[in-house]
Amino acid sequence: MRYALAVYGGPYSQQASHSALRFAEALLARGHQLTTVFFYHDGVYNAASMMAPPQDEPHLRDRWLGLAAQGETRLQVCVAAALRRGLLDEREATRHGKQSYTLEAPFELTGLGQLVEATLENDHLITFA
Amino acid sequence: MGIVSPGESLAPGELLVILRHAPHGSSWLREGLEAAMVAAAFGREVGLLFTGEGVLALLEGQQAGALGQKGSDNLLAALEMYDVERCYVDAAALERRGLSENDVSLLPVTVLAHADVVALTQCFSRVLSF
Repeated sequence: MRYALAVYGGPYSQQASHSALRFAEALLARGHQLTTVFFYHDGVYNAASMMAPPQDEPHLRDRWLGLAAQGETRLQVCVAAALRRGLLDEREATRHGKQSYTLEAPFELTGLGQLVEATLENDHLITFA
Repeated sequence: MGIVSPGESLAPGELLVILRHAPHGSSWLREGLEAAMVAAAFGREVGLLFTGEGVLALLEGQQAGALGQKGSDNLLAALEMYDVERCYVDAAALERRGLSENDVSLLPVTVLAHADVVALTQCFSRVLSF
């Protein structure tokens, strides 16, 4: 089956990201396809490059990276929700005159249209909020 | 307007966006509406269901407040421009808040009996919940 996930919960504030990750990892382990993880609302903080949790806690961003490294999952972040919350890739940082950037590949800033597409183009879309 | 019986106006649709949060206090309503509008702008057939605290968005006068958030009035007013015409409200959610269909004059909405809300979600092939 082809799956997409929507993640709305902030990392370390709510269970949503942790559950989404474990579900995503289980999907791939079972041989399903996970085409897209779309981060929206406070879920965009999952992409924060500067995330530095204590060492004895799961590093959520690194786990997402591990997922993307398996090669078939895109990590897409809503650009409007991200910019409001201070998550800018290099291009957006330059455009807004910021000295550093806080989001980088494999996370990609995209429009909400990608969420709509992920919803309609996969067998299942599962929301973690 | 009145409470419809199932089947009467529940044609199949592509994407149902469920709005469960009040217009103030969080960004859920705004971000949910934006998702609905983008889907409509991409030519998708979108339905909106207001339930839970989301029904409060249908009361008139949701203006920008002290927190500097934009009011939801303008977003809701733009729905028609985006061809989002199928708007539903959960009668039970209204009743629980002491409201009736006469209070939700901001948009043309269809008031659904709570049991028909389930039927509605089954009419749409995909559901996004905010």
